[in-house]
Amino acid sequence: MIADILVSGLVRSGVYAMLALGFGLVFGVGRILNLAHTAFYMLAAYAIFALVGGGLGMPLAALLATLAVAGIGLVLYKLFVEPVRELEATVLLSTLALAVLIQEVCHVLFTADLLFVPPAFPGYTSLAGVRVGHQEVATLVLAVLSLIGVRFVLARTRLGLAIRACAQDREVANLMGMNVNRVTAIVMALGFLLAALAGLAVAPLYPVEPRMWTHPLVIVLAAVVLGGLGSLKGSVIGAVILAFAEVLVVFLVPGGSYLRTAVALLIMVGVFLLRPEGLFGAGIPEER
Amino acid sequence: MRSLICSFLLAVSVFAVGVSGQVIRIGVVGPMAYIQGKHHWQGAVLAAEEINAAGGITVGGRTYRIELVQVDSNEMQPGPDAVTAVERAITVSKVDFLVGGFRTEAMLAMTEVACDYKKIFLIAGAAENKLLEGRVDKNYNRYKYLFRVTPARSTYLAQAAFIQLREVMDLFRRELGIAEPRVAILAEQAEWATPIVTFLTLQVNAPLAVGGLGGRHVGTWRPSALATSLTAELTAIERAGAHIVFTVFSGPVGVVFGRDWGRLQIPVAALGINVEAQAQGWLEATGGYGAYAATVGIYADGVAVTPQTLPFIEAYRARFGELPLYTAGTYDAIYILADAIRRAGSLGTDAVIAALEATDYVGTIGRIVLDKTHDPLWGPEHLTGLGVQWQDGAPRAFWPREWRPDPGNRPDFVVGFPGTVPYQIPPWVVVHWQGK
Repeated sequence: MIADILVSGLVRSGVYAMLALGFGLVFGVGRILNLAHTAFYMLAAYAIFALVGGGLGMPLAALLATLAVAGIGLVLYKLFVEPVRELEATVLLSTLALAVLIQEVCHVLFTADLLFVPPAFPGYTSLAGVRVGHQEVATLVLAVLSLIGVRFVLARTRLGLAIRACAQDREVANLMGMNVNRVTAIVMALGFLLAALAGLAVAPLYPVEPRMWTHPLVIVLAAVVLGGLGSLKGSVIGAVILAFAEVLVVFLVPGGSYLRTAVALLIMVGVFLLRPEGLFGAGIPEER
Repeated sequence: MRSLICSFLLAVSVFAVGVSGQVIRIGVVGPMAYIQGKHHWQGAVLAAEEINAAGGITVGGRTYRIELVQVDSNEMQPGPDAVTAVERAITVSKVDFLVGGFRTEAMLAMTEVACDYKKIFLIAGAAENKLLEGRVDKNYNRYKYLFRVTPARSTYLAQAAFIQLREVMDLFRRELGIAEPRVAILAEQAEWATPIVTFLTLQVNAPLAVGGLGGRHVGTWRPSALATSLTAELTAIERAGAHIVFTVFSGPVGVVFGRDWGRLQIPVAALGINVEAQAQGWLEATGGYGAYAATVGIYADGVAVTPQTLPFIEAYRARFGELPLYTAGTYDAIYILADAIRRAGSLGTDAVIAALEATDYVGTIGRIVLDKTHDPLWGPEHLTGLGVQWQDGAPRAFWPREWRPDPGNRPDFVVGFPGTVPYQIPPWVVVHWQGK
């Protein structure tokens, strides 16, 4: 059973980490609580469904969907978020409204039927006697690569330096001659890109429907808060903890497997009681 | 938001029949954004169109046409939408009768509202016993307005599922030489599923000699009805050594199951109740991975449960381009209501209730006769339902084929509908278990 839990937990971690990474980046570094993040993940899933259904091959569909989501995201950011950028509560409401708007548009265009996005990597393999879909393995790999890529950009490039500077103190960064709005827009674009990549990786694993953004939103919020606000590494570790908590519930309390998300969130609350700033919240300010 | 929009667009009338301006307004209740509600509506539309085209309902010399009102209960999601929708239908849209409903938890509340306003509610979509049992029989004056048309109540569904499970377990014994097949239960966490889980858990372990299934129950998993992944549950089920997984799903989690089960080729045969697997779009929704999934169903290609079944399926397919889901039982519900109104000769609530209680109607799903709790009788001469499996890209009925309901007293009494085919154990399951 230990192997089952480890492999299942690891696979689910990849899915959740992929979703949490973009959200963690925008919130932790860009300081924007984008509640529409998972709606863009949904948009990517629908875009791939439409493009593949229209006869395009998966690689081209994936590329176009990623670019389209990043583009649409930036336009919506300019229209709905940037004007209220300094008002946190307004940003919260604005992005939530945006998510509902995207949901309704998807509903009108695609109905509420459960749609199927074909996996880029069909088939399965056996790891320690546990069946694991190739798509899940690809998601895990993509999550790790994305994390490495984002950390590289933040730590080793001038753009990353500018992003971190803006995250630490926007006013000082502005006085030092940085175009703060442009830097924030770039962070948002990175976030949308990661959401689209999550859509590519995860959408074939879940049914595509207009409410598919809601459950992942709960998970990514929990992961980011559990890991510690502002910490990318914390977001990913938070996602891993939530994934393993869910898997443990399924294996140890099968009759209560419907409680798996609730138990995962309870663990988050438990961590808060011991460490209110989250696991890595104050420990690694350099990542901000 | 959608419910709000729907509330303003509620009054969707079906074509008039060119008679007087009198209408009988029927609220069709269901989660309209989901496939279950869509079929609630489509079944009702077809019935209303047919009845109106045939001249409407004549009562006391006056002819009425049926007008439908869409009541989006949004029952898949917890919350007050369902109750609000029904109350609005009664007080604003002024419906005379209600049909449909789906999720027990919401139905318990919605039917209370219907009883508050003394509106007859023909349930077509919710199976839980307690919707009628303990209400109509214990407090008749309060709950006499409630009737069920489809599906059969939970305990009867469990009975049908039990018989189908026994046949599949026998197949494992015959074809794979597994004397004691192991059964896992995977049931959504919903009120209606609990009695089925309890019943089957007891029966699986009971020896064949005492009428049980002679197998071994290896565990019960209860995911959320809205779960988006079941890979962990299926891994645990495989690890428990199950040969068969008995599913109890009414919501979208059924599609999730079909995908994960087929995609990972989990070596267990799947049968039970899976409402999504009754839908025409099942294979499309599961990307083809749902092949060989089986479910208790109502309709299947080419199977005539009654003389009304195939004409209905053909008309439904011609009108909507798909096979009806069981929630399209609103079709029978509206015909039963129309029949009762005619027999009552009045639109008075008590007269219609008395007529409904005397119902003996051959519908598309069987012969519907109601018991003292206003529930349809179950059995070979009334309702049985079907066992349906996805074979060769289509839903094929595998039960009842050679069912002997009472071998002790009536050994020659065999029930089987023409057009049924044998159940097939999925090929990867055969490969996995052969010789083990």
